[in-house]
Amino acid sequence: MTKEKHFSGNFSLKLMAGILVFVGMFVVAMVFGAANTTVKDVWLALTSHTTNEQITIIRELRFPREVGAIFVGSALAVSGAIMQGMTRNPLAEPGILGLSAGANAALAITIALIPSANYLTIMVACFMGAAVGAIIVFGIGSMKKGGFSPLRLVLAGTAVSTFLYAVSEGIGLYFKISKDVSMWTAGGLIGTTWSQLQIIVPFIVAGILFSLYLSRQLTILSLNEEVAVGLGQNTSRIKVILFIITIMLTGASVALVGNMAFIGLMVPHVVRAIVGTDYRYILPMSAIIGAVFMLLADTLGRTINIPYETPVAAIVAMMGLPFFLIIVHKGGKVLS
Amino acid sequence: MVRLFTDELNVGYSDRLIVKDLSVHIPDKKITAIIGSNGCGKSTLLKAMTRIISHQTGSIILDGENITKENTKVLAKKMAILPQSPESTSGLTVGELVSFGRFPYQSSFGRLTKKDYEVIDWALEVTRTKEFKFRPVDALSGGQRQRVWIAMALAQETDIIFLDEPTTYLDMAHQLEVLELLQKLNREQERTIVMVLHDLNQAARFADYIVALKEGEIVKAGNCEDVINHHVLRTVFQIDTEIGRDPRTNKPMCVTYNLLKGDS
Repeated sequence: MTKEKHFSGNFSLKLMAGILVFVGMFVVAMVFGAANTTVKDVWLALTSHTTNEQITIIRELRFPREVGAIFVGSALAVSGAIMQGMTRNPLAEPGILGLSAGANAALAITIALIPSANYLTIMVACFMGAAVGAIIVFGIGSMKKGGFSPLRLVLAGTAVSTFLYAVSEGIGLYFKISKDVSMWTAGGLIGTTWSQLQIIVPFIVAGILFSLYLSRQLTILSLNEEVAVGLGQNTSRIKVILFIITIMLTGASVALVGNMAFIGLMVPHVVRAIVGTDYRYILPMSAIIGAVFMLLADTLGRTINIPYETPVAAIVAMMGLPFFLIIVHKGGKVLS
Repeated sequence: MVRLFTDELNVGYSDRLIVKDLSVHIPDKKITAIIGSNGCGKSTLLKAMTRIISHQTGSIILDGENITKENTKVLAKKMAILPQSPESTSGLTVGELVSFGRFPYQSSFGRLTKKDYEVIDWALEVTRTKEFKFRPVDALSGGQRQRVWIAMALAQETDIIFLDEPTTYLDMAHQLEVLELLQKLNREQERTIVMVLHDLNQAARFADYIVALKEGEIVKAGNCEDVINHHVLRTVFQIDTEIGRDPRTNKPMCVTYNLLKGDS
């Protein structure tokens, strides 16, 4: 046999390589930062009960923060991959289709109306906001026949997102809580604590596991709706479940880091170039590469301009923008 | 007793009916062609019969059961559908695409069994697409791609196969190739084939039973002698035809035609 692309055969190898890169990136993220720390400090922080200043920084600040980066990166990447597959739209991602903006607006409203809201309340509000944002975008899309074309959906998503961000801003100004709101939405991973992670991580893990369980269904749905029906898929049920998963993943991410565009767009495209078009391979790989990507962006954010933090959202956007343009340039075709 | 028929089927969007009170019996183990002019409801009828779109009133009965009440996965083991010009498969290989035909037989985490692989190989063999197994579907020619999709439908191991204009966008040789493959499947494996066809002469040549539709209603359903004649075609397509005989198959064929002049 000549050089044949048979993705399934060597997928486990690629997955292993991905995990290795992930572990490497995690170590780098843990070692580098504003405070001078060494690999040895990291090792002691993770494996022993020894304490000194460096170890405490790693254990109490950096470790939860990087764990947050891992889960948010995975959640956004998987969420983007699911949306691209479901809508057969290469530009689909939570940031573009109104989910992130909706969650943001819900976050602002919650902080304004219930100043004492605990973390769980805020996260649930984010879920609802993400759902509302997406429903408005898809509602506008479905008002006209053929409205689900990539361009129309992106236009509707941009318009609705802009509006919802304006809502967040307006609420912030009116209730004089702009600072609190922007702490959330632009703060990225700064100040991520273990208690926050305890609430959010289970939702992300559940969402990702559930999406893996449905990955084959997603592949078939991504081919063509009629084909999916013909093969005996209950397409409306699958779409509703997948929609709920993307809302959980996006809502949980926004609750933790605020607005984070482009990861959900970019990572699945990179992953497709590596593992092909079967979502049984795309989803797990997206989870890993999403985590790597977020770790990288956060590490850069912490180290580019020591001792100041560069907002991680800005770094992600800077990496993401050229990518977005490449996809648009390719006429919206899936990169592979 | 036929396995599949519709009874006073009404299909439409909001207040406009596309298919009206349509009752048709699909003969078992035969090739049925649905013909009619653009917008007559032939694709809509096919989609309704395969549960891709829902119908307003009436029923579609397969093996004595109303298909709307039947489990969709069970139906997928009885009928396979080839939609009109499926979209790009963005990098999937032929083998992968055909393996999706086994979907109705798998559980959620199920891997392909030995039986599945045998069926997939057989489907590739029959459609002569085995040599492309590891190539991306998008890299094939139109005719080859159509054969691959047929292979996927075959991997579903259904008695009934529906096809919506399987020859569109193909050149003449490839059109014939696809139709001959379907004929072979019908003759050798007794599969029931139901397809929407544009070309009258192809319908006459390959179909055992032809359903001619106009504005969502049946003008005539029967064998090709009954349907491919001056009178029926005049009503269905608003054309004035000259019907002759195919010198090779002796089937009726439309030799030439004109638009109807004046009143119609």
